[in-house]
Amino acid sequence: MKDKHLIELIDVSKAYGGDVALSHVDLYIKDGEFLTLLGPSGCGKTTMLRLIAGFIMPDEGRIEMDGVDIASTPPYLRKVNTVFQKYALFPHLNVFDNIAFALKIRNVDKATIESKVENMLAMVNLKGYGSRYIEQLSGGQQQRVAIARALVNAPQVLLLDEPLGALDLKLRKEMQVELKNMQQRLGITFIYVTHDQEEALTMSDTIVVLKDGVIQQIGTPTDIYNEPKNPFVADFIGESNIIPGIMLQDYKVRMNGVVYDCVDKGFGKNTEVDVVVRPEDIDIVPAEHARVVGKAVSVVFMGVHYEVDVDCGGYEWVIQTTDFVERGQVVGISIPPDAIHIMKKTKQTNLFDAVAYPDDEEVEFCGHRFACKGLESFRTRDEVLVAIAPADVRLVPPEDTELTGAVKACMFLGTHYEVTVTCDEEDWIAYSLDYMEAGEEIGLSVPADKIAVSANEAN
Amino acid sequence: MKRTDVKKQKSMTGMHIRRSLFAFPYIVWMAVFILSPMLLILYYAFTSEGGATLENIVQAANWDNMRVLLDSVRFALYTTVLCLLLGYPIAYLLSRMKKTTAALLSVFFIVPMWMNFLLRTYAWKVLLGAFTKILYTEAAVLLGMVYNFLPFMILPIYTTLIKLDKSYIEAAADLGANPATTFLRVVLPLSMSGIISGVTMVFIPSTTTFAISQLLGGGKTMLYGDLIYMKFITEQSWNAGSALSIILLVFVLLSMTFMKKAERKTSDEGGGRLW
Repeated sequence: MKDKHLIELIDVSKAYGGDVALSHVDLYIKDGEFLTLLGPSGCGKTTMLRLIAGFIMPDEGRIEMDGVDIASTPPYLRKVNTVFQKYALFPHLNVFDNIAFALKIRNVDKATIESKVENMLAMVNLKGYGSRYIEQLSGGQQQRVAIARALVNAPQVLLLDEPLGALDLKLRKEMQVELKNMQQRLGITFIYVTHDQEEALTMSDTIVVLKDGVIQQIGTPTDIYNEPKNPFVADFIGESNIIPGIMLQDYKVRMNGVVYDCVDKGFGKNTEVDVVVRPEDIDIVPAEHARVVGKAVSVVFMGVHYEVDVDCGGYEWVIQTTDFVERGQVVGISIPPDAIHIMKKTKQTNLFDAVAYPDDEEVEFCGHRFACKGLESFRTRDEVLVAIAPADVRLVPPEDTELTGAVKACMFLGTHYEVTVTCDEEDWIAYSLDYMEAGEEIGLSVPADKIAVSANEAN
Repeated sequence: MKRTDVKKQKSMTGMHIRRSLFAFPYIVWMAVFILSPMLLILYYAFTSEGGATLENIVQAANWDNMRVLLDSVRFALYTTVLCLLLGYPIAYLLSRMKKTTAALLSVFFIVPMWMNFLLRTYAWKVLLGAFTKILYTEAAVLLGMVYNFLPFMILPIYTTLIKLDKSYIEAAADLGANPATTFLRVVLPLSMSGIISGVTMVFIPSTTTFAISQLLGGGKTMLYGDLIYMKFITEQSWNAGSALSIILLVFVLLSMTFMKKAERKTSDEGGGRLW
């Protein structure tokens, strides 16, 4: 891997009919690196890949390759090739002609085409398959043809859009290793899109974690795993214990009433933080020597290890251990300082545009009128901004309120769940003690004195 | 337990009707309106005053009649080629449009089909007579045929193109093909099944067409369909008419076999097959 920036995305935004797919993204990709765009579906990773391939154009921003803006260059003039999610192999051509496609339209002479295609077939272990048609191949073989077809032109960059998604687990594992070897041997830059965090950790030099069109973190697999920047990354990359804590001073953090030594600093004194501890980093120790004791409430054998849930009064730690623990047994737990990862607390507030009705002591937003205090300084139908803390949003059974929405996401944050509810096209963040299924209908209510109203300065 | 016993008994006493029974009305329909006319044509073609003979066929296959058949085939080929040249771009443009726009526009092609084709042809006769000098020429006949058969070319091609996976087009562009190359090397071959369907649906009926040639050709252009019509209606010679029909039937069957073979060769990817 060289340090040259081969591709650079500068302040790139893209929306589809009002739905933001990417929002002001900055990213550079180094020559020869294996970079993975990782995130849940709808996070913008495929949009980013399609922007680099040239199938779509950004609404804003620049896409530079070798320092030249290629944002409006059509795909057939770009030096990148793509392995498509469903391969998109031409059904009217046989394997040989599929791979030869790019060479034939460049009028390369027959002998060169023959030798290049044969080389490619050998590289992907498909010697002798040239005359087969695509429908005669298995999924894994089609996958190899797609890779050969994209690589025959010796592109500077290979884009791979969830290329292993359609393969079964064993084949996927094999192909992961094969792809990584191939990338190292050829020295080509790979940009790889996946939602599978394990795949990303196994193969990448650099991982870019995306959520809702915004980059959450860029780093090496080790960085991303060990030092997640926020609860979303921690939760998405592997299993983790995410609990709220207070950074008392440098190297001291209090969680669940217990002070732990840690290796982080620079958060100031008595700062609220989120703490991530990986389940495999927690040790189970004899109860008599331990500072923290709890009861094992669940023990599940996972093949290589046991997954043990230990209830320490108020917080349930998820622990992965190779030692067997009896269910109901009282055990001690110990967390080494370097296993504690401190993250800045992500402060979230629900902000909505609203219309004031001071005479009725009400504000209208999300297609609903809310009783509200502190409207004296506004006139009727004034446009205002309302702010509601997530903790003040009450989730109630849908039949108890007029305002209902659908659960979009539910993430465990140590002591509670953070629930995103879509309601009248707006997303609400609320906290809940119970897990909620995505898609579930839920009612929302806010006490009148918890709605903070301010003048809408945008107008 | 009891409930299932009752159910069993019901079905065993023949409460349900065999499904093939529902096909019965259709079989009767086929026998009366398709099979019996065919048998009648066969009978008239191979008999003369009660005795079996090949005389009718031999007479019908004279050089004059075969020239008319060749003329008909020539007209059908012109019609098919013109329909393809006009219909493919239209189908292609429709397939690239937004679904709603395409649906709206295709109404313009489909609505005239709800009207009897004779009415449409009469309308052309009036229009051509009033505004052009081409009425009663081969050009007018050709125009009438292309106009009548164009939708049958557009629809199968449109159906194939709309089903064509956009990722093939993206893949071609990704591999360095400009839009023209992408069209020639990917879109066109992948829409071949639609083209063959369209060609079949235009060529076969236009070989057998009549009335259009009479109305717009003014009797100067004699097509094979007109010839059969003449034998049956004007000359009341059922034997000669039937013999001509048999010759046409054999020709149509041969061309259909040929096109079926061509269709088998193309991939069925995204294509709507006729048979």
